[in-house]
Amino acid sequence: MQPIIKIESLSKKYKEAEMFSLNNVSLNINECQIFGLLGPNGAGKTTLISMLCGLIKPTSGHFTIDGLDYQHHASKIKKIIGVVPQEYALYPTLTARENLQYFGSMYGLKGADLKDKVIEALDLLGLLKFADKQVQTFSGGMKRRVNLIAGILHNPKVLFLDEPTVGVDVHSKTAIIDYLKVLNQNGTTIIYTSHHLAEAEDFCTQIAILDQGQIYAQNTPSALIEATKEARNLEDVFISLTGKALRDDI
Amino acid sequence: MIYKIWVSVVKEFLLLKRDLGGLIILFVMPLVLVIAVTLIQDSTFKAVTNSKIQILLVDKDKGSVSKTVFENLEKSNYFTVVTQIDNKPITEEIAKENVYKGKFQLAIVIPENLSSDLQAKVEQNVEKIVSNLGLTDSTSTSEPQRVIKEKEVKLYFDPAVQMSFKNAVMSSIDKMISQIETKSIYSTFQKQLGEETINFEQKSFITFKEIIPKINNKEVLPNSVQHNVPAWTLFAIFFIVIPLSINIVKEKTQGTFVRLRTNPVSNLVVIIGKTITYSIICMIQFYMMVAVAVFLFPSIGLPSLNIEGHFLLTSVVALFSGFSAVGFGILLGTVASTQEQSAPFGATSVIILAAIGGVWVPVFAMPKIMQYIAKSSPMNWGLEAFYDVLLRNVSFVEIIPRISLLFLFFIITTSIALFYDKKKRTV
Repeated sequence: MQPIIKIESLSKKYKEAEMFSLNNVSLNINECQIFGLLGPNGAGKTTLISMLCGLIKPTSGHFTIDGLDYQHHASKIKKIIGVVPQEYALYPTLTARENLQYFGSMYGLKGADLKDKVIEALDLLGLLKFADKQVQTFSGGMKRRVNLIAGILHNPKVLFLDEPTVGVDVHSKTAIIDYLKVLNQNGTTIIYTSHHLAEAEDFCTQIAILDQGQIYAQNTPSALIEATKEARNLEDVFISLTGKALRDDI
Repeated sequence: MIYKIWVSVVKEFLLLKRDLGGLIILFVMPLVLVIAVTLIQDSTFKAVTNSKIQILLVDKDKGSVSKTVFENLEKSNYFTVVTQIDNKPITEEIAKENVYKGKFQLAIVIPENLSSDLQAKVEQNVEKIVSNLGLTDSTSTSEPQRVIKEKEVKLYFDPAVQMSFKNAVMSSIDKMISQIETKSIYSTFQKQLGEETINFEQKSFITFKEIIPKINNKEVLPNSVQHNVPAWTLFAIFFIVIPLSINIVKEKTQGTFVRLRTNPVSNLVVIIGKTITYSIICMIQFYMMVAVAVFLFPSIGLPSLNIEGHFLLTSVVALFSGFSAVGFGILLGTVASTQEQSAPFGATSVIILAAIGGVWVPVFAMPKIMQYIAKSSPMNWGLEAFYDVLLRNVSFVEIIPRISLLFLFFIITTSIALFYDKKKRTV
C-alpha cells in the first residue's frame, strides 16, 4: 500500500500559546487504512486533523495528501477529502435532504446524480423516511448520521472523522461504524479520532497514540497490545503510555 | 462558481423562510416604522383638525388686543384656546402650574390694560408725527404726555416641548402682535387726520411666494411623505445589518462555516450568495414600503408618495443602498463572535449612522463639524440620492457619484471582512 498522507516534521504553536500543540510529528498513512488518532484531551489530535483539513496552517513542517500540498493545490485537496466535524455542522431549520443537497452542491454534485446520492446515503443510514424533516427535530444519533453523510456524498478518497460517534445511542453508533467500514472497503482512507478506545480497537487498522503534541506509539491495535506489558486491551496501552493524570484542557 | 452561488442563494432563502421572527423583523417592522413615523411627522407639517393643541389664555387685558389674539388663535386651526378650567377663569398662577406639570404645552398671559396702553402709546407717537408735520389744529393746546411703560405678553412653555415648536409658536404670536400694532397705527392716523373716509390699505404689501419645482410642467409640492418615506425606507434597509450579521455568526457557532471551509468553495462564493439574497430582501422591503406609501397612505389621511417617473432611479438608489447595508452586515457578522455582540452593535450603529446621516435632523441644521461627519455616513449618501431623484428631479448621471460611494462602501467593508477572515484563520 502507498502512503496517501505523508507528514514530515509537522509542528504547530498557536500565537498565544507557550507550548507547541503539535511538535515535530512525522507520520505516513497508507491508502485504505482506517487510521485512529488517539490521545487524551489537549494531545494535539484536533490540531493535526485541522491542519490536514486545511483549517489551520502549520508553524513548520510539511505534509501531502495524495501527493498534493495545500500551498499549491488547496482546491484539489478539498475535492478529494471529506470532513465530518465533531459538532453537528448542519443548518437546523433545513431538512436533512436540503442540508445534504446544499453541501453536496458545494462539491460540484448536481441534478439527478446529487439527488440519487442523497437518497441512497439516507436510505443506508436509515434516515430516508425523515429526509424532509427539519434537522432540528432529529435526535442526537440522527443528526450524527446526517453529519456523516454530508462529509461523504462526493465519495472522498480520504475521510477525516472527529469523534463521529460521540454522544449517540448504540444503534446509531453501530449504523455509523458499519457504514464507515463499507466506505473503507470501497477504497476510502479513514482518519478517525475518538475517546472510545474499545470502538477504535475494533474499528481501526492502524493506531497512533498522541500526547503532548508527539506520537508515543503507532501500530496495529493488536501489535500495540502485544507490545505493552500486561495490556489486555487498547485502554491498558493508552494508560500505560499516557499515564493516569487528568488532562483537562481549555 | 455560478452554480454554487445559485445554490447558496436558494439555501439563504430557505433559511429565511423558516425563520418567522426574522421575516417579521425584515418585512413587517419596516412597514410599521414607515407608517408610524410618517403619520407622526405629517402632523407637524399640516393642520389636523382633530389633533389641535390646547393652549391656555390668561386674559388680564379684556380689551380689543386680547380679543384679536383669541380670535386669531382659534382661527389658526392649530390651537384650541382654553380660558377656563373647571368653569373658573384661569389665573397666571394656575396657568403656570398646569403648563409646568405638562398638562398643557403653552400658556399665553396678556397683561392688564394692553389694549388701552397700546392705543395710548400709538396715539402719542402719531400725534408727535402729525404735529412735526404741522398738521395739528393751531388752536389746540399741548398737554404733557403720560409715560406708558412697555408691555410684555408672557409665554409659558411645557419644559418638555421641543425648541422647533417653541420657535414656531413664538414667531406666529410675534407676527400676530405686529399686525395688531400696525392696524392700531393706521387707525390712529386716520383718526388724527380726521379723514374718516380715507381707507388705508392694511394688507401686507410684501408677500412671499414659494416657487415650487415643476416636473413635466406639473408643480410637485414636497410633502412629509416625500421626505419621510425615503428616509425611513433607508433606515429599514440598513436594519438588514442585524439579521445578516446574526446569520453569519450562527454559521460560525453551529459549525457550518467550518464545514464550508473544508469544502472546495471559496469564502467569496458564500459572501456573494449572502449579498445577492439580502440585496433582494432589501429591494422587496423597498417595493413594499413604496407600495404602502403610494396605495395605503391616502386611505389613512396621508399624502401619496409621488414616484411617477422616478421608479427606476429610486430602485437603483435602493439597490445600491442595499449593497452598502449588506457590506456592513457582512463585516459585522465576520468580526463578531456571538449574537450578543452583533445584534446590539448592529442596531446601535444603524441608529448612529441614521442620526449623523440626516434621517432625523437635516444635515444643514447640524453644527459644522457634524455636517462633515454626516458626509461620511452611507445613510447620508443614500438619503441625498433619494432626495435628488424624488425632490430635485435629477438624471441618472447626477446620482452616479452618490451610488458609487455606496458601492465603494460595500466593496471596502466586504474586502475587510474577507481579509479579516483569512487573517483569523492563520492562527
